[in-house]
Amino acid sequence: MSKFLTHFLFTYYIEYMAYTEEELKKELETKEYEYGFYTDIESDTFPVGLNEEIVIAISKKKEEPEWMTQWRLEAFRIWESMEEPTWANVHYEKPDFQKISYYSAPKSADPNKTLDDVDPDLLEMYRKLGISVDEQKKLQNVAVDIVVDSVSVATTFKKTLAEKGIIFMPISEAIKEHPELVKKYIGSVVPQKDNFYAALNSAVFTDGSFCYIPKGVRCPMELSTYFRINQAGTGQFERTLLIADEDSYVSYLEGCTAPSRDENQLHAAVVELIALDGAEIKYSTVQNWFPGNSEGKGGVFNFVTKRAICEKNAKVSWTQVETGSAVTWKYPSCILKGDNSIGEFYSIAVTNNYQQADTGTKMIHLGKNTKSTIISKGISAGKSQNSYRGLVQINSRADGARNFSQCDSLLMGNECGAHTFPYIEAKNKTAMIEHEATTSKIGEDQIFYCNQRGIDTEKAIALIVNGFSKEVLNKLPMEFAVEAQKLLEISLEGSVG
Amino acid sequence: MLKIKDLHASVDDKEILRGINLEVKAGEVHAIMGPNGSGKSTLASVIAGNERFEVTQGSIELSGEDLEEVSPEERAHKGVFLSFQYPVEIPGVSVTNFMKTAINESRKAKGLEDMPAKDMLKLIREKSELLEIDRKFLSRSLNEGFSGGEKKRNEIFQMAMLEPKVAILDETDSGLDIDALRIVASGVNKLKSKDNAVILITHYQRLLEYIVPDFVHVLHNGKIVKSGGKELALELEEKGYDWLKQETAV
Repeated sequence: MSKFLTHFLFTYYIEYMAYTEEELKKELETKEYEYGFYTDIESDTFPVGLNEEIVIAISKKKEEPEWMTQWRLEAFRIWESMEEPTWANVHYEKPDFQKISYYSAPKSADPNKTLDDVDPDLLEMYRKLGISVDEQKKLQNVAVDIVVDSVSVATTFKKTLAEKGIIFMPISEAIKEHPELVKKYIGSVVPQKDNFYAALNSAVFTDGSFCYIPKGVRCPMELSTYFRINQAGTGQFERTLLIADEDSYVSYLEGCTAPSRDENQLHAAVVELIALDGAEIKYSTVQNWFPGNSEGKGGVFNFVTKRAICEKNAKVSWTQVETGSAVTWKYPSCILKGDNSIGEFYSIAVTNNYQQADTGTKMIHLGKNTKSTIISKGISAGKSQNSYRGLVQINSRADGARNFSQCDSLLMGNECGAHTFPYIEAKNKTAMIEHEATTSKIGEDQIFYCNQRGIDTEKAIALIVNGFSKEVLNKLPMEFAVEAQKLLEISLEGSVG
Repeated sequence: MLKIKDLHASVDDKEILRGINLEVKAGEVHAIMGPNGSGKSTLASVIAGNERFEVTQGSIELSGEDLEEVSPEERAHKGVFLSFQYPVEIPGVSVTNFMKTAINESRKAKGLEDMPAKDMLKLIREKSELLEIDRKFLSRSLNEGFSGGEKKRNEIFQMAMLEPKVAILDETDSGLDIDALRIVASGVNKLKSKDNAVILITHYQRLLEYIVPDFVHVLHNGKIVKSGGKELALELEEKGYDWLKQETAV
């Protein structure tokens, strides 16, 4: 087995309890968050509140050029005029945006340091996360950029990638080192005014990853970013910009964790993918932000805008495994602009306790013979609410467009909810759109059947959930799939006992 | 091997088993017959440890050990196997994966390492041949879209894989055509040994032509009202259950 697995060494204990639905529900509520530790690192945190001065201060702190500062200010002014959206099927106390600190950097972070010089406390944190940076260096085929709170701490494999002409670095560095690329593409897929959170992110984003794959290059390794919110009362607003030039290929992985805290932490990221003619991007996310405790206290508010644009013959696949966050609002989308372009969305969303997820995708067919596939698997337990919201839009010029959507929901217990909101807009008569949906429940008879064959309840649920999610798990890069499977086990049956 | 004493069990406060006494020794085949609603399937579930049923009185012993506090999966590890009347579907989980998990869980309980893949494959090949199962079938999702006959054959395949001490076959003959019945029965006969025991639950004498029981018991109203040799099954076939009902009512 790959050493990559050790990054996410999830330890959990198993204790047998006889299964009844009542008991199962009780057990699920006692789940402890695996990553609920807080690392005491001195950090450099801005005062709370948001105004033009703060936006300028962030830009200054990052030593940004004037155009970037102006771009942020423009976004801030737009944001001020916007209202927080309320259409999602989630209920929460709106964050007070003046009570959040918009910049928090571990003091010891210095991009010029080599990995060996990284603060031992930070290293300890990675170790707890299961990511040893030291180890990272030795590992093959995964280059990692780690964002703690607001700053990119270390990017491994920079040199190896540079030989291929691949740029993979914190976006803060890219703004300085590759301003022409950043200027050209930032906001080209998700403009500042796109939505409330995207505008906020555009104004205050502090770091994130930047990646450029040159023409005709197949990125030889999986690129990976790891996000973690550490500091209390801070928001994390990372911005990822990934450009795959003509006929290039890249597979990108994104992982997220946050410590357990009583108050809600805000995470509002923007991810923009640009797949130029003939390019292919695979973007996989395993999101494990703190989901709040069993009473629904704390947890991360995850309001994320992810969108890709596909030029001619390009292909973008979004694969996500969402197990964390108190509230999730997230719709990784594809604009299929070029003829024959392909968009795919594969998703597993698990909610437990009081978690709420409103997630799905948008497939916007503009070009001819564009194709999209949506496979969404929602698993709800506890008192959680899990919604799929998806839009398939076929524009008038998109002759021969095709879509296939499948939304399956799996329920555990009687107090959770699964909802499906599919929107279909077809303005072209040649469009072919298929939508399938199922809802099922893990039954006591299924559990007993497994028990009778010697499989305990914990393992039985894992087996059933993994079977249910198989089509999506199969889309993840192999190492990631094994982890994701483990994560599903933790989110659901790690709690059974 | 299996000793059931004065077993009472109920579901939702309704008593279904009302004092069952049964002893099954190694190497024996017992048939339990009886009209619908007499408690046959309940007895099978209770022996397997299904917690939907509450044991209110009496005991079940396996090789001298009281099973009262033993969970269903531990009973399985100790060698209790139930071939279900209505096997459930588990989408996305292949027969092979399911069996691999089941076998390795049992091994883990015994402190053994996972079975090496090579041995697992060999075992699968051997047992699927025994039951004339096409191996493509084993990659399909467990029971999903299986015909009635395929489900039952799959149950017996699992029995072959797990090699239980006591196998309870709950209406394994229902839904089988004559060819499938012959294959399943010959599978069971090949698996039978002096060290294990089989309990057949059935409505009809038909299955007993292929798997010949040493003892036949008639269950009625949650009690065994008559026991005998294999000729009792023939008598039942001929006369139905009514005469017994009358006899016990007296």
